[in-house]
Amino acid sequence: MLAVPVLADLAFIWGPALTSVALSFFQWSGVGGVQLRACRPSTFIPDNGCFFGVQNYHQAATVYPPFWPAVEHNVIWLLVFTVIATPLGMLFAVIIDSGIRGGRIYQTALFLPVMLSLALIGIVWEFIYSPNYGLINTIIGHNTNANLIDWLGNPKLNLWAVLAEASWRQAGYVMVLYLAGLKAVDPSLREAATIDGANAWQGFWRVVFPVMKPINIIVLVVTVIESLRAFDLVYITNGGTNGLQLLSSLITSNIVGEVSRIGFGSSLGVVLLVISLVPISVFLYQTFGRGQAR
Amino acid sequence: MTALDISLPGARAKASRGAARRRAGRIAVYALMIGASVLWVVPLLFALYVSFRPYSETSQYGYVSLPHHLTLSNYVNAWTQSDLVHFFVNSVEITAPAVILTLFLASMAAFVICRANIKINIALLLMFTAGNLLPQQVIITPLYRLYLLIPLPGFISSSGLLYDSIAGLIVINVAFQTGFCVFVLSNYMRTIPEEMYEAALVDGASLWSRYWRLTLPLCRPALAALATLLTTWIYNDFFWAITLMVTGSKRPITSALANLQGQFVSNQNLIAAAAVMAAIPTLVVYILLQKQFIAGLTLGATKG
Repeated sequence: MLAVPVLADLAFIWGPALTSVALSFFQWSGVGGVQLRACRPSTFIPDNGCFFGVQNYHQAATVYPPFWPAVEHNVIWLLVFTVIATPLGMLFAVIIDSGIRGGRIYQTALFLPVMLSLALIGIVWEFIYSPNYGLINTIIGHNTNANLIDWLGNPKLNLWAVLAEASWRQAGYVMVLYLAGLKAVDPSLREAATIDGANAWQGFWRVVFPVMKPINIIVLVVTVIESLRAFDLVYITNGGTNGLQLLSSLITSNIVGEVSRIGFGSSLGVVLLVISLVPISVFLYQTFGRGQAR
Repeated sequence: MTALDISLPGARAKASRGAARRRAGRIAVYALMIGASVLWVVPLLFALYVSFRPYSETSQYGYVSLPHHLTLSNYVNAWTQSDLVHFFVNSVEITAPAVILTLFLASMAAFVICRANIKINIALLLMFTAGNLLPQQVIITPLYRLYLLIPLPGFISSSGLLYDSIAGLIVINVAFQTGFCVFVLSNYMRTIPEEMYEAALVDGASLWSRYWRLTLPLCRPALAALATLLTTWIYNDFFWAITLMVTGSKRPITSALANLQGQFVSNQNLIAAAAVMAAIPTLVVYILLQKQFIAGLTLGATKG
């Protein structure tokens, strides 16, 4: 009963994850086999299927133009999620949880994007951002060819435009998590805080927020992981190029793109793996470390 | 919100100032929530609006204009010209088996993990949970190669490989989602009292019947919540379908939309209609099963 799920997980998740680490030290186009021999020094035709040491990493960091922009975009993504989407989601949750009139209606509206696929969200927002016909440019009067704002095409703007789409969805997700967390907070705690003279602001930050530590950790992990996973929106917008490079889209373009560079793609995957191990460890420690101590 | 009733004469001025501030605060809160809710639904309603308008009209007046005609022809054209029904069938063929298999495998694993008291179980649970948190792109490169290596008989996959096959997409969705479900279900199963299993043992129930006839029925709420969540997630999957499937006509609807966008690049209204239709199944879940969906999302969060 345990064997099939464990084997499936090992074969299709952990196997590839570890293989990714191994392959990242090889130069391989995916054609022919991989041998344990050092690569010949660079000639006209690059050597194939050979041990490349840390050269893939070295190349990524030095001569692969989209690498650092992608890292920067991933960091910006994380910052926007942390500074805007997550606090906004938390604010929505606190307001709805306070028993505001029509709370259900707001919750229903704000939660709607979470149900939709990111690919669909990308398509839907194109009508908002469309330069000539779109909602924004028409409203602000920038829809004539002389003064167009190309929200999704201008590499200085498009990351922020896509981040608005991403935050639009993420805030609803965070809101739902915090609503569950807030419901679990013992109401007598809040009463005690009010009796002690705490105002709503103090009551929340000094009493309610610390009690929600498990949810805070989950939201933190979700925020980091979702910013590392971000892919669909940039892919549907322009394939993850021209201002929208992300680590995830670089990895994908190295395997399904025109050039197949398995070793190099793997090394980018390992970079992502190492970064994602941080939030994963935090989550595992929080969930299981605590459970064992009990 | 509690209104404090202060009747001391000296405090009256202060109290009325406080009341005014509270009222201002309340107005600000409502303004924020109404504003946000409008902002949240406008992009969707706007796409819906565009989908009902003829192309000739929007190309002349832009999307932001009063309608002269509203039409269903975009829907009819999208449906007939792009063979949407075919993509919907693909989605069903992937989603339905994947959801059932995931729940079946995950519930078995969770059952063993939390009933048999072995030290190794915590390690297995760690493996499942961590595996689900990995970004998909970490594993895609070797996975892609692996899919090219695994042969399948022709009657299952016309490519003869796990790559570019419906079966392949089912497998990866199952493998990837099982981790999360094992985590949630094992937490849920831990709340089943040990005495019930002892009683079942006394009655001579086998391991299988303790799983199938005792545990699963008790887990029905969790299974229902997870089924809702998985159906939405797998239906919405975009990444696996575009990387592990190369034949456009085999792709599920969500990733087929990306192709349609290229195909109908000159007629955005048609794409709006196709997108609305692709959203219908998730909107049905949203309307009918929103509670289940949220329960699924938060089961993993609150009992963790």
